Amino acid sequence: MATETTTQRAGEPGPREPGPRVGDQPHELARVRVPTRTARSELRAVKVVWKRELIRFSRDRLRMLTSLMQPFLFLFVLGTGISSIAGAGTHGVNFKTFIYPGVLCMAVMFTAMFSAASIVWDREFGFLREMMVAPVRRSSIVLGKCLGGATVAGFQGLIVIAISPLVAVPYELGLILELLALTLLLAFAITAFGVMFAARINQMQSFMALMQMVIMPMFFISGALFSVASLPRWLGILNRLDPLTYAVDPMRRAIFAHLSVSPAARQALEPGVTWWGWHVPTLLEAGVIGALGLVMLLIAIWEFSSAE
Amino acid sequence: MNETATTAVSPASETASSSAAVSVNGLVKRYDLLEAVRGIDFEVWGGEIFGFLGPNGAGKSTTINMLCTLVRPSGGSAQVAGHDVVSERDDVRRNIGLVFQDTTLDGYLTAEQNLRLHAELYGVPRELVGERMRQVMEMVGLWERRASLVNTFSGGMKRRLEIARGLLHSPRVLFLDEPTVGLDPQTRSSIWRYIRELKAREDITIFLTTHYMDEAEYCDRIAIMDQGRIIVLDTPEALKAKVGKDRVQIQTDDDQAAIAALRERFAIEATVAEGAVTFGVPEGEQFVPRLFAELGLPIRSVSVARPSLDDVFMAHTGTTIRDAESGQTDTRRNFARMMSR
Repeated sequence: MATETTTQRAGEPGPREPGPRVGDQPHELARVRVPTRTARSELRAVKVVWKRELIRFSRDRLRMLTSLMQPFLFLFVLGTGISSIAGAGTHGVNFKTFIYPGVLCMAVMFTAMFSAASIVWDREFGFLREMMVAPVRRSSIVLGKCLGGATVAGFQGLIVIAISPLVAVPYELGLILELLALTLLLAFAITAFGVMFAARINQMQSFMALMQMVIMPMFFISGALFSVASLPRWLGILNRLDPLTYAVDPMRRAIFAHLSVSPAARQALEPGVTWWGWHVPTLLEAGVIGALGLVMLLIAIWEFSSAE
Repeated sequence: MNETATTAVSPASETASSSAAVSVNGLVKRYDLLEAVRGIDFEVWGGEIFGFLGPNGAGKSTTINMLCTLVRPSGGSAQVAGHDVVSERDDVRRNIGLVFQDTTLDGYLTAEQNLRLHAELYGVPRELVGERMRQVMEMVGLWERRASLVNTFSGGMKRRLEIARGLLHSPRVLFLDEPTVGLDPQTRSSIWRYIRELKAREDITIFLTTHYMDEAEYCDRIAIMDQGRIIVLDTPEALKAKVGKDRVQIQTDDDQAAIAALRERFAIEATVAEGAVTFGVPEGEQFVPRLFAELGLPIRSVSVARPSLDDVFMAHTGTTIRDAESGQTDTRRNFARMMSR
């Protein structure tokens, strides 16, 4: 490493006259020469921004609790309540099991959006400036932020995954890993989505309003609470345009693959997303989420890099 | 206006140009409706405490933001620590420390975590972080509080921590934008103690803005800025010496009559500033007995002050800095003419 580092300490501290600097004048304080920018220093920046998200999340116990509130309400209150009237249409499958992937996605979305919202807080409280003036690429900061948000939201997802037996989703390593991978991918994409907006928004209230306006429609349209088979044409189109569809669908497919259900139930509840009659495979669905996340990350980076 | 360059006394005159920590040429910043900085030129020499003095809205913060690479200049150029603020942005950033008017700490992290985060962002070699952190925190007296959340700190402690953080990566130039604004007098003086200690101990140039006249006295040199321009730049002593006159302020029952009487009997032009009839005379203390004997009006109180930076400011802008901030610039111009006669 071409890292120039000098440590000097003085025996004799004392006031010096202002004037031309003498290179090896003794100083009392150790001097640190910051090395020029390298890939490694960028990596350090990404890591520290990521770590800050984790530290802040771990301090915020209340946030952990409140963000679990909504998924539990959906699963156990709405889920239990609807079960009695939906029983006829679910072919014996627990309604809670059916909405579980959607609820998991929602928990992740909210946490990821909150992580992105912290950029707006950082701007309001001035800390964003500390990061913006650092001698690192803005892309490193944005990337660290998105990875941090994804990790935090992934952790939240893990808690929801942990309670899956309560809604008759079996504990199986393969299933858990698949759900977790999709969760992390979605968390990253949603954080990037939030950061992209946070770059332009100066007020927390505006961001919260935007969040409500975006998350709820995405959640409802995605098929989190209903089957995407035989929807009316307008809703079918909206459903295929909703990015969240491509997270809910593969999760549901993975869960159903581990359940013993009749072909009729599978056909009714987990028909799979189609594009003009063609079944979109899981990998492509994950690719859609990943690609959208990447595009939004690039937009976010561009926005922050061009900001003064 | 051009006396700036000719009368400035350099503590390192023979190497002034080569050791410039900051050098600014024709720097301009235009916003849509406002020309915040209207073409300024100056140099800050290595190792000095350089003060930017002026009322709020004079363009100090805009200038400092341009030097810190946070705002892109509309015209002109500037080098900080030998690097161009536009084309070598990262090199500039690596070599400067920043303390802003508003706090930029993360209140949900501890003091130590804030500093570690900074060290990581600035790429300070890991093996040096611990020791360096201890030194800067001890300097501002916060080492004992390193594990406390920053949210639990008072305003003064936060400012001290920001100074420590600004120094963590051993910057060549430390920028302090209004470092003492909003602090109580005791904290203000301790901040100044750190700044002077720092100058004595580290090989560092300190560039600060202030609108407190008394603080400008601590600087090696000051530039007075008003309405986007540098009006004068010199050592505080030289600036005060140039004003020459003492400032006399009297309280009377009828200010207009007093002003008229001063003009008639002593040929002195006075104005009302800060609520008192104000004028300048060469030997203030000897003038007071004559004033009482010959004015012919009752005087309720009198104060005589040796020229201060306030007078310097007034001499060059025709207003006191306090009045400039409350926007009362209209009626003060004639006082400036009188003082500089």
